[in-house]
Amino acid sequence: MLNSIPGAVELGLLYALMALGVFITFRILDFPDLTVDGSFTTGGAVAAIMLTGGHSITISLLAAFGAGLAAGLCTGLLHTKGRVNGLLSGILMMIALHSINLRIMDGAPNISVYGSDQLFSGVSPYWVKLLAIFGIILLIKLLLDAFLHTELGLALRATGDNARMIRSFGANTDLTKILGISLSNGLVALSGALIVQQSSFADISMGVGMIVIGLASVIIGEAILGARTVFIATLAVIVGSVLYRIIVALALRIEWLDASDLKLITALIVIIALVLPAIQRTWKQKLLAKKRSAELTGQTGSKPIGGGF
Amino acid sequence: MLQLSHVTKLFFPGSPDEKIALVDINLNLKPGDFVTVIGSNGAGKSTLMNIISGVITPDSGTVSIEGRAIQNQPEHARSRWIGRVFQDPMAGTAPHMTIEENLAMAHARGRSRGLSFGVTGAKRKLFREQLSRLGIGLENRLRAKVGQLSGGERQALSLLMATFTKPQILLLDEHTAALDPARAELITKLTDSIVREMNLTTLMVTHNMEQAIRLGNRLIMMDKGRIILDISEERKKDLTVESLLKEFEQISGHKMADDRVVFG
Repeated sequence: MLNSIPGAVELGLLYALMALGVFITFRILDFPDLTVDGSFTTGGAVAAIMLTGGHSITISLLAAFGAGLAAGLCTGLLHTKGRVNGLLSGILMMIALHSINLRIMDGAPNISVYGSDQLFSGVSPYWVKLLAIFGIILLIKLLLDAFLHTELGLALRATGDNARMIRSFGANTDLTKILGISLSNGLVALSGALIVQQSSFADISMGVGMIVIGLASVIIGEAILGARTVFIATLAVIVGSVLYRIIVALALRIEWLDASDLKLITALIVIIALVLPAIQRTWKQKLLAKKRSAELTGQTGSKPIGGGF
Repeated sequence: MLQLSHVTKLFFPGSPDEKIALVDINLNLKPGDFVTVIGSNGAGKSTLMNIISGVITPDSGTVSIEGRAIQNQPEHARSRWIGRVFQDPMAGTAPHMTIEENLAMAHARGRSRGLSFGVTGAKRKLFREQLSRLGIGLENRLRAKVGQLSGGERQALSLLMATFTKPQILLLDEHTAALDPARAELITKLTDSIVREMNLTTLMVTHNMEQAIRLGNRLIMMDKGRIILDISEERKKDLTVESLLKEFEQISGHKMADDRVVFG
């Protein structure tokens, strides 16, 4: 059972960039961006075409990142300048990207990149390779942290926190939204490209349900590490992504579960993670209110009120 | 400094719900003027603030700051010159960001925001200095999230942030109305001292008649989208709440109708 863990950790790290992208839109910008399902595949498709064309892995990854930025830019423009509802602008781009992705893949629903350039292909043993991948993901996380502490990054965060306030201090919230959505989809596409080079395979449907997986990672991470600072919040996303893959790997070992049940399990994880804290909060508040009102009225016992006749 | 000429604004024009918010407003603020604005419900006070800050654009007329016509500029472009404190203590700050990060965003007003760090050692020192002027101990809580502060503390921080870069115009939109009397008094005092010290050209909407008389060097009264009374500094000195109310009734022909008005 444990021998599936290292593989799950590797996948978790590669998918972590996608989860960081979802974190930027969902948590920082408070913008539910569904472009992710499309742009993940876009990144994978671009990388597959570049790799089979004989380009190096670095160039291919950069191209995938660029394609993601462009996809996010379109969603951002639709939402801010076109004034299209946030959810709808993401869905529209997701659908549009499906056709674009097929075009990128030259009409083929899947492409094998077996034998082309791979990240750390010559590195062994496996745990060193894993460490190297972790190093890269960590570097990207730290760069993102630094960006979120720049003047532009602060404006981006404030756009999701209190748009009216940051506008009154001269930031163009349309631009910060577009920037955030672009950056998010750039990371998502980069993640898609990483998955393609790792699995040596690109598929037109590889992005389906990605948004929920990203959300699950963000939520799991938050539940464990919290989000007190930017540093902790982004670290939590990576931890969440890895844990998600481990949970999935373990769940697939259960005999009566099929691989096709994966999406249902993912949805259940997100639902539980969303509903449970809400219920907890309500209960806590009720208890607190009861305690405080008992203190205020000076009643310590549970004497029933009324019925004294 | 700030000039509005022939500004008119209608809401829902042409529909059965058409509402005249402002009619032919002419207002001229000299540098250093501190003008308080009072008026009954729906007099157009908030619309006036929103038109100056760029949240809404006038149907006709011009708004200019230091001779520059700005009525067609978007809100974020104008905020280079305009500082603003809202009624809602939650509105002027970002709750999930720290005090120092909020101040850094205020500090960046009027400059283009680039990739230099928002909070640096030098800026932190400046923030601490400025926060200590508020006298409520916020200088020791630079890294606390603003959401943890009380309404009064947040409003004091909002006031400091709005005036941080010495804006040409300061707009105060009933910024003490949502606070309890003690905290409202603290914010009122802070407002008075900051505006005097920095010699800011200020427009303040208030429901508190006594505050409107006590603060500033000029008082205007609005009713049904018009400025019906403009009281200069000399006359303002002898003004009382009773005489002000009487004057309002004489000019407007009806009683001051405002369910939130505070007389003293």
